[in-house]
Amino acid sequence: MARTLINVPKTAKRGQVIEIKTLISHPMETGFRPDRSGKLVPRDIINKFVCTYNDVEVFRADLHPAIAANPFISFSTVATESGTLAFTWTDDAGKIYAEKANIVVE
Amino acid sequence: MGRHFRIVERTLRAVIFPIVVVATPAFAAEIPPSEKRSGYFFMSRETQAMQDDLTANPGMLSVLDGEALWSRKAGAADRACADCHGDASASMKGVAARYPAFDATRGRPINLDQRINSCRAERQQATPLPYESKDLLALSAYVATQSRGMPVTPPDDPRLERFREAGRAFYEVRQGQLNLACGHCHDDNWGKRLAGALIPQAHPNGYPIYRLEWQSVGSLQRRLRNCLIGMRAEHFDYGAPEYVDLELYLAWRGRGLPVEAPAVRP
Repeated sequence: MARTLINVPKTAKRGQVIEIKTLISHPMETGFRPDRSGKLVPRDIINKFVCTYNDVEVFRADLHPAIAANPFISFSTVATESGTLAFTWTDDAGKIYAEKANIVVE
Repeated sequence: MGRHFRIVERTLRAVIFPIVVVATPAFAAEIPPSEKRSGYFFMSRETQAMQDDLTANPGMLSVLDGEALWSRKAGAADRACADCHGDASASMKGVAARYPAFDATRGRPINLDQRINSCRAERQQATPLPYESKDLLALSAYVATQSRGMPVTPPDDPRLERFREAGRAFYEVRQGQLNLACGHCHDDNWGKRLAGALIPQAHPNGYPIYRLEWQSVGSLQRRLRNCLIGMRAEHFDYGAPEYVDLELYLAWRGRGLPVEAPAVRP
């Protein structure tokens, strides 16, 4: 189970630009690295990150093999209404890691 | 023959003596307290910000793992760390700041990782966790972070003195194919550059650290091993007494600096 750390402000004013920070534990194995026997370790990276805000997509990123382990993604959005920010990371094995955070907009 | 030998010996002494004199005063004395700087001081502003923001510090992922392990039952005794020690934020506060500490049963100092493993073996009756394994680093990071901000305070235990002196000797002796002692970089040339990297003062106050180069968390012993390999000197197995003695000396040398675990280092 991957660990995640998410930083979303608990409250914000309507129309305010908020910064969102996410961190997930993942080896981000590039596919170019040999193991001790000389065979290449198969690629295993998170290739997609999506953030939705009350089911509306507000941020999406494609990730590539040069990105370090435990990818940290920070972005901003506009606080429009109270609700839920949902985050999903998808890796090469098709595994989906999902997290949620709530925000109150005044 | 005998006379000739004596002359040769005398000549040799005359030659050797100055070399010995040149070789012994290796480097300047200990860094004065006013100039003591954590490795944090030598990092870029971006890396410092990464360490300070606990939602951006990747070492915190390991701390969260450690928090989960703290209350997970293990071993034949079916006991968790929390069953004896309770709330780590109270019981483990300041513990990491005073390690390595003397262990009476072994008759020598042990570091925090070894303390965790001896607890596992004796109290939980579980198999010890391998050095540098994810779980051991996680527990160690979780325990160490409870001392965040507290000064490094090596115990004033006379039984440790002998081992601390052994650590100091290891720090001061020239070793490896590059014929360097630790102090040649970390006492004499800190703040200058070794290739592109700033040379820090080698303080142990942030361990276990998240090292960006490693892309993972690692122990002080892993870092010591790095330095020894860089010096092309002999390195040791994890947990070797040479490392623990050196850790003990480094803790004494870095006393007073705040614990930063889990620190981020480049």
